[in-house]
Amino acid sequence: MAAAGKAHAVRWGVVNVVVVLYALFPVWWIVALSFKDPKTLTDGDYIPRSWTWENYRGIFRTSEFTRALVNSIGIALIATVIAVVLGTLAAYAVARLRFPGKRLLIGMSLLIAMFPPISLVSPLFNIERIVGIFDTWIGLIIPYTTFSLPLAIYTLSAFFREIPWDLEKAAKVDGATPAQAFRLVIAPLVAPGMFTTAILVFIFCWNDFLFAISLTSTDAARTVPAALAFFTGSSQFEQPTGSIAAAAVVITVPIIVFVLFFQRRIVAGLTSGAVKG
Amino acid sequence: MSAPPRPDGAPPPAGPRTGPDSRAALSAGARQERRLGWLLCAPAVIVMVAVTAYPVGYAVYLSLQRYDLRFPGRAEFVGLSNYGAVLSSSYWWDALWVTVFITVVSVTFELVLGMTLAMVMHRTVLWRGVVRTSVLVPYGIVTVVAAFSWQYAWTPQLGYLAALLPDGSAPLTEQWPALWLIVLAEVWKTTPFMALLLLAGLALVPEETLRAAMVDGASPLQRFTKVIVPMMKPAILVALLFRTLDAFRIFDNIYVLTSGAHRTGSVSILGYDNLFTALNLGIGSTISVLIFICVAIIAFAFVKLFGAAAPGAEVKR
Amino acid sequence: MAEIVLEQVSKRFPDGSLAVQDVDLAIADGEFVILVGPSGCGKSTTLNMIAGLEDITAGTLRIDDRVVNDLPPKDRDIAMVFQSYALYPHLTVRENMAFPLRLAKTDKAQVTAKVEEAARILDLTQFLDRRPAALSGGQRQRVAMGRAIVRAPKAFLMDEPLSNLDAKLRVQMRTQIARLQRRLGTTTVYVTHDQTEAMTLGDRVVVMRLGVVQQVGTPAQLYDLPINLFVAGFIGSPAMNFLNATVEGDILHCALGDLPLQNSTVQELARRNAPRELIVGLRPEAFEDAALSRDERGPVLTAVVDVLESLGSDVYVHFTAEGGGPARSAELEELARDSGLLDAGAGPGASAGAGQQVVARLNAATQAREGQPVEMRVDMSKAHVFHPETGDNLTHPDNSA
Repeated sequence: MAAAGKAHAVRWGVVNVVVVLYALFPVWWIVALSFKDPKTLTDGDYIPRSWTWENYRGIFRTSEFTRALVNSIGIALIATVIAVVLGTLAAYAVARLRFPGKRLLIGMSLLIAMFPPISLVSPLFNIERIVGIFDTWIGLIIPYTTFSLPLAIYTLSAFFREIPWDLEKAAKVDGATPAQAFRLVIAPLVAPGMFTTAILVFIFCWNDFLFAISLTSTDAARTVPAALAFFTGSSQFEQPTGSIAAAAVVITVPIIVFVLFFQRRIVAGLTSGAVKG
Repeated sequence: MSAPPRPDGAPPPAGPRTGPDSRAALSAGARQERRLGWLLCAPAVIVMVAVTAYPVGYAVYLSLQRYDLRFPGRAEFVGLSNYGAVLSSSYWWDALWVTVFITVVSVTFELVLGMTLAMVMHRTVLWRGVVRTSVLVPYGIVTVVAAFSWQYAWTPQLGYLAALLPDGSAPLTEQWPALWLIVLAEVWKTTPFMALLLLAGLALVPEETLRAAMVDGASPLQRFTKVIVPMMKPAILVALLFRTLDAFRIFDNIYVLTSGAHRTGSVSILGYDNLFTALNLGIGSTISVLIFICVAIIAFAFVKLFGAAAPGAEVKR
Repeated sequence: MAEIVLEQVSKRFPDGSLAVQDVDLAIADGEFVILVGPSGCGKSTTLNMIAGLEDITAGTLRIDDRVVNDLPPKDRDIAMVFQSYALYPHLTVRENMAFPLRLAKTDKAQVTAKVEEAARILDLTQFLDRRPAALSGGQRQRVAMGRAIVRAPKAFLMDEPLSNLDAKLRVQMRTQIARLQRRLGTTTVYVTHDQTEAMTLGDRVVVMRLGVVQQVGTPAQLYDLPINLFVAGFIGSPAMNFLNATVEGDILHCALGDLPLQNSTVQELARRNAPRELIVGLRPEAFEDAALSRDERGPVLTAVVDVLESLGSDVYVHFTAEGGGPARSAELEELARDSGLLDAGAGPGASAGAGQQVVARLNAATQAREGQPVEMRVDMSKAHVFHPETGDNLTHPDNSA
């Protein structure tokens, strides 16, 4: 019995190790690259023979990367806040209120969730140039907000639906105005859901590449993923491999932090909208 | 699983099923509710319409123009001739073929792998948190970063994977190997998402039902094919629909891995190149519109063929 | 404290269905009124309309002589206890109970005093700083009660407050609610689908069916003089036995045999031009073990005992009345559906042709044994005769008009 249990444990152990390696190895590989000096960069080793921070120092010396990092953080944060706020309002209505046009709203957000972004790139490119927001933060915040709104609405309305309807009724009977019921009862309960949604939306905005390279032309608004594609290396005679690897690791850090601390929430958020439909 | 039915307490399902006389009979409370509903949705709706509906219309308009940014003064209405040009060009059909190939192959692999991964995550007791956390990394990581990791891995004289190949081979510079590597990068990145969606579906299969099947004499394979899969069907369809549409828009991975060279460009890459390399807004917009139509066809086919329920479409109160 | 008056109150849902129809009900100050009926009868909708959680489509609702149709719940000064308790999960027990006071901007010292007083009455003092998640079902239920009583509202509205508790706790809490209500003397409207709860708790009970009030009365009135088949079948456990019967002169032919009708009943039937085909209803206690009976009046019948259930104080004897199918009517079928009898394969019609199941409640001293015949005397003064189409109780004095 004990032997069988042990064999079972070993088998699961092996399976789990394979899964973890599968998921993490490509990430480790780029981390290893980022710590290699130019001489050992091409050795193909999984662990750098001599560790160096040079690549990191290099990218932080140039404004090319730091500027892109500031753009990435600023644009993603602002778009996230807007999308979560607008999404919360709409999700509350979708989950709780009866009004004509609700189906239309749901259908429309579904449509946008399936929308090919490239189809928007050409008109947006032209419109933004005409309006004068091409290559600005706003020029990216607008499409990011739009494309993350369906995600925000779905996830949040699933969270709203989990809050028992009776709580709101109880608050009303207890003497609350609709605004008080929302502020004192609903909002505290949906706050974790808003936080989860914010993480998902942030990851979405952080990840975008197509809009970032299409709707920017200088480092005024170029985000890190786009900047990576234009990297030239810290000196002109070097391949930018080390720099790209280091920059890639830097923008991966927030993702790893989210995943480490909020694994459960992210999983819940990702699956809530999709399964309960 | 669900709240106890309370037909006397629960309001009827919300829907557009209002009778002709309902407007007159609508009470103050209901009117207030509907006004609040509109008010709350308005900001989101305005943003979504302004940033998608209008540009789509504008894209259609642009696609009917000859509009080359190098000669902006010479824009003129040309009817459907851009469509004729695109549809008769081998570039479009090549790109479409590449896109369909990548979509079908990667989604197939993702489904199989994702199912396996979901089963592992569902069953494992050991380091459950560790496994789930690591699986989220590919989902969360920036696609471009992952693509660079793969690119370097396959670059001769640099990468560990290239080192496994015979000397002198540069897989990213040939069409077929490159396509498979694009599929690999895509599968690695999105399988976890698929697995998580399937895992959520798997969690809805009651353990007792599986035990009952076991007592009824079903083998593990039969339990999987006859009990688990049918019960998970909605989750599988939703995951497939989402991933198919997503894969069809593939851009980042190809851009980094091959830039669409060696006939590995997807339709999105083709559209991008026409816009930003050739600076041809008319043709670029035509491609955009065609991609939009393709996506609409895929979504429609899914809904028609499988009756895939739109997630969240049925809103219960 | 206040009286609550409903006049011709109706509720139509947006899909056009009529959930509550022309309810007239005057609830006196301090009265404990129960709304009871099977699911879908409109009792919860009625309660929600009193609370202000549902709009009133037509009619007038008065609380304390003030028309409140268009007042939002917060301005009606009522408290409600929900089936799910609806405790705020992010607040402690203390904060939950203080919530209505906080909204009413009561001063802090008073809030503390009132909450502690309520906690003492409900025996919750030691749990005041816990969250609802850390409480048992019974404790949560008491917190919900506490939240209702802290601010001494005009009325308590309770929506199946006990149905999420297990059977034993439910009986305990029932007593506690009754005691609390007597002590506070607050007008209370209580919704339940459980007729036992209705009978034991209420000063008056309102039986509803399909949105329409069937009968309003004290528990004893409902039990002894049900106005129609539905009320007769809904109130009482085990339920009243219903049999098809044919009247011939002063004799009622039914599956139990020929039962002589009382003179008053015969006159009543004649006066009302009653059809010859009727449904007769006999409560289990209308039967008596003939061997133990001192009474010499009333017909005696013999039946073979199918199942005998001894409760200690009484014995329930189940037997089959051969010949004549079971009584049928829309109302009886709805009752069977509601009680799950149809699902259990024992509803009316399930045993069609095989006779009718009858339950008799006999004295514990009975010598009846399973499989053995037993002689029983029927007390015809307790028999009810119903019109098979309208369901009206033809022997009910109010129906004589």
